[in-house]
Amino acid sequence: MIRVLVALFMIGATSVSADTLRLAVTTSFQNSGLADVLLPEIAADTGISVQLLVVGTGQALRLGEAGDVDAILVHARAAEEAFVAQGFGTHRREIMYNDFVLVGPSDDPAAIADAQTVRAAMISIATTEAAFVSRGDDSGTHKKEISLWDAASITPDGGWYRSVGTGMGAALNTASAMSAYILTDRASWLNFGNKRDLAMLFVGDPALFNQYAFIPVNPSRHAHVRHAQASILEEWLSSGKAKTLINGYRIDGEAVFTFNAE
Amino acid sequence: MGEIWEGLIAGFWLVVSLDADLVEVTLRSLQVTLTAVVIASAIGLPFGAWLAIRRFRHRRATIALLNALMGLPPVVVGLIVYLLLSRSGPFGVFNLLFTPTAMIIAQVIIITPLIASIAHQAIRDIWADYHDLLISLSTSKIQRIKTLLWDGRRALITASLAGFGRAIGEVGAIMIVGGNIDNATRVLTTAIALETGKGDFALALGLGFVLIGLAVAVNLAIHAIGQTESEGKW
Amino acid sequence: MVTPILPLTMSSAVVKRRGQTLLGPVDLDISAQGFTIVMGPNGAGKTKLLRALHGIERLAAGKVTWQVPVGDTQDRQAFVFQAPIMLRRSVRDNLAYPLRLRGVAKSEAFARAADWAQRVGLGDALDRSAPRLSGGEKQKLALARALIGEPDILFLDEPCANLDGRATREIEAILKDAQAGGTRIVMATHDMGQARRLAEDIVFLMHGQVIERGPAQAFFAGPQTPQARALLQGDIVE
Repeated sequence: MIRVLVALFMIGATSVSADTLRLAVTTSFQNSGLADVLLPEIAADTGISVQLLVVGTGQALRLGEAGDVDAILVHARAAEEAFVAQGFGTHRREIMYNDFVLVGPSDDPAAIADAQTVRAAMISIATTEAAFVSRGDDSGTHKKEISLWDAASITPDGGWYRSVGTGMGAALNTASAMSAYILTDRASWLNFGNKRDLAMLFVGDPALFNQYAFIPVNPSRHAHVRHAQASILEEWLSSGKAKTLINGYRIDGEAVFTFNAE
Repeated sequence: MGEIWEGLIAGFWLVVSLDADLVEVTLRSLQVTLTAVVIASAIGLPFGAWLAIRRFRHRRATIALLNALMGLPPVVVGLIVYLLLSRSGPFGVFNLLFTPTAMIIAQVIIITPLIASIAHQAIRDIWADYHDLLISLSTSKIQRIKTLLWDGRRALITASLAGFGRAIGEVGAIMIVGGNIDNATRVLTTAIALETGKGDFALALGLGFVLIGLAVAVNLAIHAIGQTESEGKW
Repeated sequence: MVTPILPLTMSSAVVKRRGQTLLGPVDLDISAQGFTIVMGPNGAGKTKLLRALHGIERLAAGKVTWQVPVGDTQDRQAFVFQAPIMLRRSVRDNLAYPLRLRGVAKSEAFARAADWAQRVGLGDALDRSAPRLSGGEKQKLALARALIGEPDILFLDEPCANLDGRATREIEAILKDAQAGGTRIVMATHDMGQARRLAEDIVFLMHGQVIERGPAQAFFAGPQTPQARALLQGDIVE
């Protein structure tokens, strides 16, 4: 019996092998499916097996602060800069961007499809008190949503505003079930399988720009982090090969990400 | 209704095609949960029996606490284990976070009180029944415990199976401490949560049916073993 | 030759529960031979007396003395409870249990179990689950399990209280056989007929005290105390 236990523990212990790297990423990145394209290529080119921890931006930053991951790839600029400023990360490297979109019921009660700016669209949703689902989980998407309400000088409140406190997929499921408006990234939306009555209604405002950045966790804070591997990964993510793969990634024939690493 | 049907079909195809990912995730679910059940049973069953037989000062309080611990919210257990195993936590040096071992630890904490509590109730009932006879036969303490554990083995197996049922279907704690890493710590429940998040209900449901089937199969297998071991029919 | 454990002497024995005296003080001798019936109304202390003699009741005062140290008597006495206690095992395993406790090899224990099952009419029931037997079968099994260790003395606490006539007759036959085989028997009952059929001597208890003690014939012919007289006349005695 003891031997069986030891054997089972050994299996558990071997899962962290030499050339692995733990990368905390946001749900929106994972749901886009881009990781499925990039990770095998990374493994083939660099020999690094990247283990993805799919969490919200808030938790990704916490994992980095605690030294539980080797690097993070998120999209919440202010929080990222604070993270680096506090010394948790060595630096912030912009890799690519996609955009946020406003999704809602196809009959569009708030008529946001006709809005000129995202600010006008947000005001229209608030004034018609059309149901709106908020991530409410301190994620990058949630932070983006809050900044949009702030820009429109609106404090969202009342029965129409539903803060669900979950990841992108679960929030989309809720919006789908309630026929509510929701802010989501384009990739998550295109890959979402339970659209029902929802449609993509408003896109294209520069304010909906969604920059992804790569931040290696600071080895002077946490000596055990795999900083060398993180540097190799960063180099690969900003390489010409990554550019081709990222720009060439399509969901239903639509490009989702734009490579912009320098 | 249509989605449930699609889920059944998806589950069916996953199983008959022996989908490589499914096999891997299923085996990991079994590995993590069975290890946790073995450890939790090794702790919980003797502890439950000991509680039933021994009289000591804070026995009632201990039993009340044990029963309360049965309702431990897995998410809270997960969070505490996460904080303990985190690189910044007290056990960070062992580098256990986001490994199957971390998931086993969380599950052991969740199911040990459940197993101990059910074992305690079962052994207590048998002890009340046997007490006079075992005293009259002037049995030693060891003989008593052996007799009680043997004659209570069905109830004890049930206790372990209850622990298995709770652990195999658990998602909150192992999501936090395991991280749902593909090829490393992804198990059936976290895979279901992931596919639900992607809105792929058919696949999520398919995995769900595989999970249910697995739980049923393990239960049946253990009951079958119990039958062949027993002498006579009960 | 093994040292006999009897006679047995109880002196000034008292059993208390939560400050209340349930038995005693009792002085009682149990001779080496015979069949003693303990009589008395419900609550008189019959069960407590038997348990105290057997050594499974804590004495608040007094003592029980055997001819050898009490530790050496434990394998040589046996007890049958009013409600038979069935191990959740087969009839065979129940019968073999006391032997297995004493380290008797499994094959021999099973052979003796089969023999005893035959003797008490459970020969066909060896593989049945003991808790699923009928009331009469359970008590016969309990009796066989008590006798399988060939005890020097057997205590029985109203073993036939819940049984019908036929089962009672079977139990009584087994007891007479056991007595003939040399086992000393001390049995509580409040069945007057059973007492008359089996008793060689009588211990009459009331309110935790031995009221009357003597040979059965003399007791039934001319009881000394008004309570015993009342009992024999069929009056209600409290």
